Amino acid sequence: MPIITHVRSWVDARFDWAKLTEPLRHKTVPIHKLSYWYFLGGITLFLFGIQVCTGLLLLLYYRPGANEAFESVQYIMTRVQFGWLIRSIHSWAANLMIFTAFMHMFSVLFLRAYRKPRELTWVSGMILLFLVLGFGFSGYLLPWNTLAFFATKVGTEITGQVPVIGHTMMVLMRGGEEVTGATLTRFFGVHVAVLPGLTAFLILIHLALVQKFGMSLPPGVEATAKVNPAVVKEMKFLPNFLLREVMAWYVALGVLGALAAWLPWELGTKADPFGAAPAGIRPEWYFMFMFQSLKLIPSKIWRVDGELLGIMAFGLAGAIWVLLPFFEGRREKRGGALIRGAGVFALCYIVAMTIYGYMAK
Amino acid sequence: MFASVVSFFYPVLKYLVPPAVPDLGEDEVVAGKVGDLKPNGSKVFRFGTRPALLLLTAEGEYRCVSAVCTHLGCTVQYRSDLVEIWCACHNGTYGLDGRNISGPPPRPLEAFQVNVRGSEIVITRKRSA
Repeated sequence: MPIITHVRSWVDARFDWAKLTEPLRHKTVPIHKLSYWYFLGGITLFLFGIQVCTGLLLLLYYRPGANEAFESVQYIMTRVQFGWLIRSIHSWAANLMIFTAFMHMFSVLFLRAYRKPRELTWVSGMILLFLVLGFGFSGYLLPWNTLAFFATKVGTEITGQVPVIGHTMMVLMRGGEEVTGATLTRFFGVHVAVLPGLTAFLILIHLALVQKFGMSLPPGVEATAKVNPAVVKEMKFLPNFLLREVMAWYVALGVLGALAAWLPWELGTKADPFGAAPAGIRPEWYFMFMFQSLKLIPSKIWRVDGELLGIMAFGLAGAIWVLLPFFEGRREKRGGALIRGAGVFALCYIVAMTIYGYMAK
Repeated sequence: MFASVVSFFYPVLKYLVPPAVPDLGEDEVVAGKVGDLKPNGSKVFRFGTRPALLLLTAEGEYRCVSAVCTHLGCTVQYRSDLVEIWCACHNGTYGLDGRNISGPPPRPLEAFQVNVRGSEIVITRKRSA
């Protein structure tokens, strides 16, 4: 008997494997001209897996602390065999993961996959997107370089601007009034323990909801299917869709490997808490639209500080975005058009402000 | 039930708040020696727990202000080409007395007193009346 059959029967006898995997065997994925958008969630999950693996490898040499962090990353990149590659993959995969997560979010929005009964799938996905941004923000500080230092200073200062609770939150994040080694230790703990735990839990919920409600059909395809169900073809999730998904992962891995090898992630200069912010300082691209917006807001609007209004506006927009499916209401056509319009506006705003941020002096 | 929950979480929440670091009351610091700076030059130095900016104007007058931008806390620098104090993070500018001129900063930079004692440049925090 081949060993795989032997192992399978051993597991089956104890855990009833066939019953456990039954829902997956019955799961199907609709085939239509927009089916390729279904791959984005899986690619994001794959990149998260890459992050976990490379993160574990980096942990073997990384040392948190203002006096050691920069030197330990330098050691990884210059002395450890293939250390530069592992760190470069970790940094590039983080950026690609945020990119695919954003793409996934906008594809769900424009294909209106958030509609009843999938509202909570959207909400769990949005929380995952915020967690992914949290990974980006907390991980950015860990090499303790100049860019990271000032990005963290600005980012935590923004939190401090929130009325009533802002200052307390800022002190909790920083581990004090200023960005110091204490901030680095906290960010390290959050990055390697708190966020992975929360993310793993949320991924399970998100996948369970996707499994429960199945794949959403775009409204146009759904209308056709109502008239003639035979028009919409389906493929089995196991093995047909999964094999295609694995091919997409393989392409993602190829892109990731090429980026990491040809454009290795730089380390920069060690942070000096008492040095001036260097000219040309910018956050990572995924925070650029907010950075540029805050740059353009005048110091005072009426009698209120401009940055406070900007921060409150972004906070409000984020909260509305999470609850977007609930705004569609009973008037599906009008609500759908409103949400699509908001999606187009948000996408244009993010892209335009990001480009402007890179072009502006 | 509520009391149990509070008794479980209260110590955790208190643990998360970092212990207060006593302010050593550093109201005066030696920023450098006379002759360290050339006219239209500057340096960022440590004043207590925060950075401060000392500059020598082209006319030979010392000025000193907090180097923490009042917008979002970046460390500012002196631009000798513009004769302005500039924050690289969000393009805010200040006059040499710390007054906010353009860009997003909502308030002026805190100004410090500069005294020359012998060969030392001594910076003193201005006491509010």
